[in-house]
Amino acid sequence: MRRRSAEAVDSGPSRRHLATQALLAAGLLALLWWLLDVTAGNMQERGIRSGFGFLLEPAGFAIGESLLPFDSADSTLRALAAGLANTLRAALPAIVASTVLGTLIGLGRLSSNLLLRGLCAAYVETLRNVPLLLQLLAWYFVITDLLPMSSEALQLAPHVFLGKSGLALPWPGSDGALLDLPQRGEMGISGGAALTPEFLALLLGLSLYTAAYVAETVRAGILSLPRGQSDAALALGLTRLQMFRLVLLPQALRSIIPPLTNQHLSLTKNASLAVAIGYPDLVSVANTTLNQTGRAAECIALIMAVYLILSLLTAWLGSWLERRTGRWAHGS
Amino acid sequence: MMQVATSRAWLRRNLFADAFSSATTLVLLAAALYLLPGLIDWLLLQAVFKADAAACQAVNHAGACWGVVAEKYRFILFGRYPYAEQWRPLLATALLLLVIGAGGMRLLARGPLLAACALSLPAFIALMGGGHFGLSQVGSDQWGGLPLTLLLAATGMLLALPLAILVALGRQSDLPLLRAVCLMYVELVRGVPLISVLFLASFLFPIILPQGLSIDVLLRVQAGIVLFAAAYLSETIRGGLQAVPVGQRDAAAALGLRRWQAMRWIILPQALRAVIPSIMNSAVSIFKDTSLVTVVSLYELTGSLSLALAGDAEWRSFHLEGYIFIGLIYWVGCYSMSRFSANLEHDSKLPQE
Repeated sequence: MRRRSAEAVDSGPSRRHLATQALLAAGLLALLWWLLDVTAGNMQERGIRSGFGFLLEPAGFAIGESLLPFDSADSTLRALAAGLANTLRAALPAIVASTVLGTLIGLGRLSSNLLLRGLCAAYVETLRNVPLLLQLLAWYFVITDLLPMSSEALQLAPHVFLGKSGLALPWPGSDGALLDLPQRGEMGISGGAALTPEFLALLLGLSLYTAAYVAETVRAGILSLPRGQSDAALALGLTRLQMFRLVLLPQALRSIIPPLTNQHLSLTKNASLAVAIGYPDLVSVANTTLNQTGRAAECIALIMAVYLILSLLTAWLGSWLERRTGRWAHGS
Repeated sequence: MMQVATSRAWLRRNLFADAFSSATTLVLLAAALYLLPGLIDWLLLQAVFKADAAACQAVNHAGACWGVVAEKYRFILFGRYPYAEQWRPLLATALLLLVIGAGGMRLLARGPLLAACALSLPAFIALMGGGHFGLSQVGSDQWGGLPLTLLLAATGMLLALPLAILVALGRQSDLPLLRAVCLMYVELVRGVPLISVLFLASFLFPIILPQGLSIDVLLRVQAGIVLFAAAYLSETIRGGLQAVPVGQRDAAAALGLRRWQAMRWIILPQALRAVIPSIMNSAVSIFKDTSLVTVVSLYELTGSLSLALAGDAEWRSFHLEGYIFIGLIYWVGCYSMSRFSANLEHDSKLPQE
């Protein structure tokens, strides 16, 4: 019995495998061919043109705000690049903010203080259990509808104003002046750098939502360490703060970084919800392009390709970090 | 005396363990004293509970306007479903929640539960759609609100799970081609945002499918959600499969079970049980993610709220109260699912034969 099955492993299945695989390949190719055939037929019938030529034609629409200078006469390709730049402009600061805030909240959940522990747990359980889209819409509504007009904007700090039209900040001046300071006047706010309500809502929503997940990641990472580590640190006379900073966090980092990278990646993907509040990120711009040109397949393919590349880059960065911290933790 | 001593020890341990802890306690108490009165004022004392737009305007956001919920709850919960027929979505929702609740509290044995699940979704759809038993027909373009959210999430989960098991098994197959196809599917879907999958379902499926086969947008979006969720679930299940010790497979083979028998009776049950918490996490994610379908013009809970308030000049300035109302509904759903998963995890850790 045993012998026969060993023989079967040696010769029989390999031929059968080849046959099955050939059948599978044929089936897949047939399916693909059929889909392409149907698609081509449908497109011809409805007069849909295809190809990526439209990328070089003028976009014909404006973008609300953009890091890259953009004008509606510029090419569609440039519009999409501006969208990608906007995605990164929101995602990168949100990654930093959510990591810092999330780490603090995660540590707070492990605090010896009951109030702090409860507050951090309440934060995590509230933010995690409500859809991000709803949170973004709520933040956007609060900023654009409930904050005062810009002529009566809240002053958060000297020359920092928050109102319906967004946040105004001092910014390095262009013409010799060290800082360009925003001023509040009858007609609203002038000078300085202005962050739009759309950008603020996206940044705030993404950071606060992801912070809840980062907090859970950090907490799980620290809880995975043997209890002896914290006991030993306390026995050495370290304060609880020192214990976290010098003993627990460095060790937990190795198990925290892989899931943390995933959180950063899903934050970047979640930045696509910008389309719901009108921040011109990659997906919004691609959506506008789709509606203007009707090139659905091309636009969706572009969105997917860009996000796949971002995912691969992040995964690569994550594994690089993992190797680095691995080596560092082993002391070389 | 004893009592005082222990409560002092408790205070010391939990609130004043060291200087940092004491300072934290004081700061948090001060913040609570500063913020809570205003919050209670806004939530309750100055709030308007009557569906009276003029009274809400008069309060001018010093108190919440819960009247907006009192006025619009039927529209928020059921969307554009014909007003006179709204007992149907109500009944359908109650039915679905009953089955989910019975499953969650383990009131039913596995057989009856599976039967109830298998029956409840067709019953739900029959009740919503109508067109028979004397019920008037209501097209799926008029479905909305909470029933739509539940339908998308429950069907999404129910169909994604078997697909995910197949894909996870495919990734362990001896056939390199099958492995590669499954790997590509999983990595492709996990690499892109859900919105792009929904765009795909809403804009591209009609072009890809044959002319005669025009599928309505709800079904296409549902298919998109299933494909998206299955990719994530399959990774979870693959993890569970890898957690089953090799000895189990060998023992099954030694007993003379065929490979699929071993998979069906020995390995899968253990693998699935090991990853129940992650599966529940996915269920929570799907439930929250259904809110995105509003971007492709399906008016589930989030969409129907916007629909209810955006066009109404009297009530549109009270969106925040509406967001809090549906946020609470989402929260109850997600929180009970995660509690359920935590309980299961706790139970499954108890006796191990």
